[in-house]
Amino acid sequence: MRYLHWLVLMIGVVVSLGTTANEIREFESPTLEQRYYALIEELRCPKCQNQNLEDSNAGIAVDLRGQVYEMIIAGQTDQQIIDYMVARYGEFVLYRPAHKQSTLLLWYGPFALLFIGAGIFVLIMMRNRRTAKELDG
Amino acid sequence: MRKLLFGLPLMAFIALGIVFYQQLGKDTEYMPSALIGKQVPDFQLIDLSSNTVTTNEALPDTPYLMNFWATWCPSCSAEHAYLGELAEQGVNIVGIDYKDETEAAKKWLAERGNPYSMVLTDEMGHFGVDMGITGAPETFVISGDGVVLYRHQGVVNAEVWKTLKGYMQR
Repeated sequence: MRYLHWLVLMIGVVVSLGTTANEIREFESPTLEQRYYALIEELRCPKCQNQNLEDSNAGIAVDLRGQVYEMIIAGQTDQQIIDYMVARYGEFVLYRPAHKQSTLLLWYGPFALLFIGAGIFVLIMMRNRRTAKELDG
Repeated sequence: MRKLLFGLPLMAFIALGIVFYQQLGKDTEYMPSALIGKQVPDFQLIDLSSNTVTTNEALPDTPYLMNFWATWCPSCSAEHAYLGELAEQGVNIVGIDYKDETEAAKKWLAERGNPYSMVLTDEMGHFGVDMGITGAPETFVISGDGVVLYRHQGVVNAEVWKTLKGYMQR
């Protein structure tokens, strides 16, 4: 019983470690809130290599989170907000790059490789089967 | 045919080697500005010395450097002396005091000298976002008709100036 208050304190510390220290935002509706979190999760922090706006504590990420919030409150659409960011920071900020000619390989390259790999696999299987038959016969 | 097949991994290795080798030494932080070839965005900023609202019309009509700096930024401190040298050589530098306090900025310029033809205060950092900056210092080369030609992230020194100069002369 003596240690109970220590235990409570420890739990408090551990729990607070797990939450991000981001700003507290107030929204008129849960939809707006959802859109806000979806956007800051999908937009990449321009200062960082591999962090989105939500994860980053870089000064610019804090500012851009604020900007996204302001724009959502002002009734802008997701596309307008994304266009705003791309106009200033380029396609770098998109974790989901647009489908266009320069990103064709990025989007469909893995499927092409998978297809080629599957083709080679089938070819080898067929040849092995033939050799096995020839050996039997 | 069989030999060719065995040679395939080696060829793939060499091809990948070439690709990776070309990437070596590249600055991973480097990000081209999305504003290259575009006009400087419209702004309304307070001039540090005259304390009046200033718009794009006040910008120089000959090529100039636009330097984002702040008193809280250690790298800005490092490049300040070199900016002073450039100013002495007659380079027109417009300073944007980025997310800073006016008094601190005035004190800094009084103590270390002022290399800027004018200093505009971007207290909230909105103009910085419009210019697509990610921090300070950042320096843009801007043409006389207000088009962004080049962006450099980080300290300006003699080495960097060689590149900037090339863009200024275009």
